[in-house]
Amino acid sequence: MSSYYNPADLGKFGAIADFQPQLAEKFFAWYGEVFAEGALTQREKSLIALAVAHAVQCPYCIDAYTTDSLQKGASEQMMMEAVHVAAAIRGGASLVHGVMMMNKVNDVSM
Amino acid sequence: MALATTSLLRRGSNLADTSEQLRVLRSSNADDAIPSFAGMLRDRGVGRLTPLEPRVLQINLGKMCNQACKHCHVDAGPDRTEIMSRETLEQCLTFLATSAIPIVDLTGGAPEMNPHFRWFVDEVARLGRTVMVRCNLTIIVANPKYHDLPSFYAERGVHVVSSLPFYEASRTDRQRGSGVFADSIKAMQMLNDVGYGAPDTGLRLDLVYNPVGAILPGPQALLEQDFKRALDKQHGVQFNTLICITNMPISRFLEFLLDRGLYTSYMQTLVSAFNPAAALGVMCRDTISVGWDGMVYDCDFNQMLDLPVACSSTHIASLSIEQLQARAIVVDQHCYGCTAGAGSSCGGQLT
Repeated sequence: MSSYYNPADLGKFGAIADFQPQLAEKFFAWYGEVFAEGALTQREKSLIALAVAHAVQCPYCIDAYTTDSLQKGASEQMMMEAVHVAAAIRGGASLVHGVMMMNKVNDVSM
Repeated sequence: MALATTSLLRRGSNLADTSEQLRVLRSSNADDAIPSFAGMLRDRGVGRLTPLEPRVLQINLGKMCNQACKHCHVDAGPDRTEIMSRETLEQCLTFLATSAIPIVDLTGGAPEMNPHFRWFVDEVARLGRTVMVRCNLTIIVANPKYHDLPSFYAERGVHVVSSLPFYEASRTDRQRGSGVFADSIKAMQMLNDVGYGAPDTGLRLDLVYNPVGAILPGPQALLEQDFKRALDKQHGVQFNTLICITNMPISRFLEFLLDRGLYTSYMQTLVSAFNPAAALGVMCRDTISVGWDGMVYDCDFNQMLDLPVACSSTHIASLSIEQLQARAIVVDQHCYGCTAGAGSSCGGQLT
């Protein structure tokens, strides 16, 4: 293994079934249904996936859902706003814990 | 308005030679998961593509254009001088008169730059056929002599089909040249002013979306809503229908794919999205395409690869509808562009 991430591996995602077919089959069937048009449009789902990809910092997912968002007609502005949503939630999640810190400070302080 | 690029021919690119483009396309092989297109048709139960009753006569009036878009499959531009002659145009009219083909689709280059353009539109209309023109919009504002095109079109009920790859300036201008979006909006306003794009005038203005890069087009209906909302809200312009066209791996788009190292992955994307239902509806089955020099092709893309119809004669002056109906359609590796996903044609999505 010369590197941890190889772009070609994205295309081999289906090969996870080689080691455990039943679970992979269930996963891919579920995955397909998750991204089908529903109460949310396919584009909304793609932009959510793009935001989550940035939150979990998965290079494969960023690759896949950048392409998919473009294919679903998303603009650059929409895509960057989705990334900001991920970043805001990540940043906000840290900051809102500041209240916990403040509570603790109050608890232990005179 | 600044050009996005110059023609392959002017730059002396290897790809200006269509045999080099075909060599690249045909060197794709099973190792890259790019099987032969003809084999794919066979394996997926579509079989050989056969002609239907011809519905569209598409005529390329010349490669000359006021724009030079990065993805142009015609390799058109201001430096191209190939223009259909009056003699060839007359031969097209003679052919048309012997047929019942209802639609004549005029393309280029910018077809309006052909000096015989207006005369030809009138002659086609005189034969009672619908005229469709692939107008790049900016030609209307490019020179005062073209400013009256909207009224010329409206008086004759010409169906206007115009490329606008995105409803935002930045993406449109990256593909088509800086300032193209602003000029396109101006031209759309002029077309709207004479009644184009309104639901009740019968004057159709359709827009063509194609992806600005190595991706497939999105769902046509969803994109149409986006375009309508954005263009109306931001610019107050209207159109009828959005047509989605997949970029074909030929000419300047092929150059882009090769330069960026995206050729194989784009072809794999097209192959993995092969849709047999789209293959049955491909436009080559009901379209006849005529090049600027009168040569006849199954479609505009075969024309740009110099792959003429498989008939004993290949010129519009010497071909009959009967000969054309008996032909086998010529396919090659680029055909994957029309059969991917929802399918693609000059009329948009196929399924």
